[in-house]
Amino acid sequence: MDTISGIEIYPIISLLIFFIFFVSLYTWVYTYKKDKINEMSNLPFSDNDNDNQ
Amino acid sequence: MEVQQFYYDNKIVKKFLYATIVFGVVGMLVGLLIASMYMFPGLTEGISWLSYGRLRPLHTNAVIFAFVGNATFAGIYYSMQRLLKARMFSDFLSNVNFWGWQLIIVAAAISLPLGYTTSKEYAELEWPIDIAIAIVWVVFGINMIGTILKRRERHLYVAIWFYIATFITVAVLHIFNSLELPVNGMKSYSVYAGVQDALVQWWYGHNAVAFFLTTPFLGLMYYYLPKAANRPVYSYRLSIIHFWSLIFIYIWAGPHHLLYSALPDWAQNLGVVFSVMLIAPSWGGMINGLLTLRGAWDKVRTDPVLKFFVVAVTGYGMATFEGPMLSLKNVNAIAHFTDWIVAHVHVGALAWNGFLTFGMIYWLIPRMTKTSLYSVKLANFHFWIGTLGIILYALPMYVAGFTQASMWKQFNPDGTLKYGNFLETVKEIMPMYWMRAIGGTLFVIGLLVLVYNIIMTVRKGQTVEDELAEAPALERITGKRMKGEKFHPWLERKPIQLTILATSAILIGGIIQIVPTIMVKSNIPTISTVKPYTPLELEGRDLYIREGCVNCHSQMIRPFRSEVERYGEYSKSGEYVYDHPFLWGSKRTGPDLMRIGGKYSDNWHFNHMWDPQSTSAGSIMPSYKWLFDNKKMDRSEIEKKMKVMVKLGVPYTDEDIANAQEAMDKQAAKIEESLHVDPDFVKSYEASKKAAQANGEEFVPMKDREITALIAYLQRLGTDIKIKPAATADNSK
Repeated sequence: MDTISGIEIYPIISLLIFFIFFVSLYTWVYTYKKDKINEMSNLPFSDNDNDNQ
Repeated sequence: MEVQQFYYDNKIVKKFLYATIVFGVVGMLVGLLIASMYMFPGLTEGISWLSYGRLRPLHTNAVIFAFVGNATFAGIYYSMQRLLKARMFSDFLSNVNFWGWQLIIVAAAISLPLGYTTSKEYAELEWPIDIAIAIVWVVFGINMIGTILKRRERHLYVAIWFYIATFITVAVLHIFNSLELPVNGMKSYSVYAGVQDALVQWWYGHNAVAFFLTTPFLGLMYYYLPKAANRPVYSYRLSIIHFWSLIFIYIWAGPHHLLYSALPDWAQNLGVVFSVMLIAPSWGGMINGLLTLRGAWDKVRTDPVLKFFVVAVTGYGMATFEGPMLSLKNVNAIAHFTDWIVAHVHVGALAWNGFLTFGMIYWLIPRMTKTSLYSVKLANFHFWIGTLGIILYALPMYVAGFTQASMWKQFNPDGTLKYGNFLETVKEIMPMYWMRAIGGTLFVIGLLVLVYNIIMTVRKGQTVEDELAEAPALERITGKRMKGEKFHPWLERKPIQLTILATSAILIGGIIQIVPTIMVKSNIPTISTVKPYTPLELEGRDLYIREGCVNCHSQMIRPFRSEVERYGEYSKSGEYVYDHPFLWGSKRTGPDLMRIGGKYSDNWHFNHMWDPQSTSAGSIMPSYKWLFDNKKMDRSEIEKKMKVMVKLGVPYTDEDIANAQEAMDKQAAKIEESLHVDPDFVKSYEASKKAAQANGEEFVPMKDREITALIAYLQRLGTDIKIKPAATADNSK
């Protein structure tokens, strides 16, 4: 990095990494099946240890 | 499809919980002790192993590794077995994990006050203990992964991913930051120097926060909060998003500890940008936690466990908003080196880590002893006094931070500093130090109430036994059944692939930031007049490290008008190339020492180290009288030390090493001679000579005592850039 000219490539790369990462992540997540989601959310309760304190 | 019967190991959980409580008390009491030293600097006068510089690392290591560490193990061992429907892989490994960890803590408790330290924050333990940590951590990992592989529940709940990420990342961080070459059994030098050491240290330090204090506790939150509230997590989709984004983004944030320092700008800016991005995943976690309670808020009114969890998650949200704000350069310019940072740390530590741990303890112990909590009233009292303690800790420290920062920066109309004497800024914030100590005391009282409550609960309950459970074994599934399965559900039942992906995610940030800093020489421009420390100065530097001076004094002058006016020319990266380890410091309880060399006479340093208040009225620095003891300083290892430095790239010649003892003696004798300028020194020196004679003791001349080496080091600091480069053949053209 000898001169300031052309420096804008770095923030552009950072923005692209950030953007692509989150968009991909959202795509994965929003194609997740709803009943699988419910099953996973209830995993801590599957051990029936009767705790309604 | 046969149902298998097996037992959950509760005994190991009990052991870890008891250790958590014991070391919580110990670690926080040490914190109270050092907080009192601000108001009473002479509290442990003359006792080297109880001095602030040696005890502060004991406090941080105890609360992070002994308190939070044991709490993490307790929480993971309980939740993991039940989420995977399997007993821990190996009882033997569970016990090695437990006893190994406690032995490491004991080793820390002994070595740190005795001055065996690397000086690198939250990595102060010397190399043999570092190796022990690596071994015990690997044992934990094998035990955890073994349990995952023999599980009876196919899908890995989100908490398990957080535990896996914790294990991987802490291992990577610990290994890379602890790379050091030993000099002897309890002393080593970092393989990195100056700027590179700073970057690796804070890549480690910030990610110790991320992956030792945050990710395991997020995992615990995802188990214990739904259990306590009896409702599933608010949004499982959100937990997937915030998991991956958190572990990917967090790693890059390290440089926010080095803003306006001599770290290259591109690295600083990456740290800023990623720290701000971090708000999103962190708040994803907070939102998920708090909204899990929707429909159960009435329970919070009566249940102390939920009260603790609510404040914990809220505190997490506060700290993870404040952190990114502090990473903005303009805010950082004010906060760095002040008590604002201390406030930030303790909001996270006391609320997020402390309160989540307390809630977990109050939930687990009655359950495991098959009884109800001895006193809900006392638990509620703990909650309120603890919350008050957090507030009385943090608020005064915020005020102290702003006050001191603004006093440091104020100018008179004629361009001189308004508060030219550093001590004026210290005096101004003494009332805040008092209030902080009171806040901390309240927090500790709350913990002691917990201790009583838990003892009484255990007394009236049954002995902790392993818990019987049943579940069918996992079957192998055919490919046909899994047709149409999407990527993430597939990943969640493939722990190995999940681990590999998580590892890649956390490695990227570190590699991009650290490799260029080490490999690209132009990142640290060479300064020709900067030379290695002389042997005597090297010995003095090791004394500075031993006494923990770096805990109160920085060595990094930022490029601000106010700092240049107060301390001298701002720090250049090339000045630190021979500093193994770096000593930039992170707090200015006392002034910056980067250019202290030549500022005061040898006599001034002599008197100041003997009794700081004699030269500096109002100083809260403790005395270092043991450096003046009538005994010869052990300088026998200097050749070894210099040889290690040569291996690390410091250009000592063979001649330098062969002549080291002679050179040290010459330089020390010069200092002793210069001390004679002060008639008071001459008088007391002669008197002590006579006293030694009368007692039949051998008199050790001042040049052979530790104080002389320390003075040599202090007088060298920052002077290299003032040397005029010698005329070279080129210059004379």
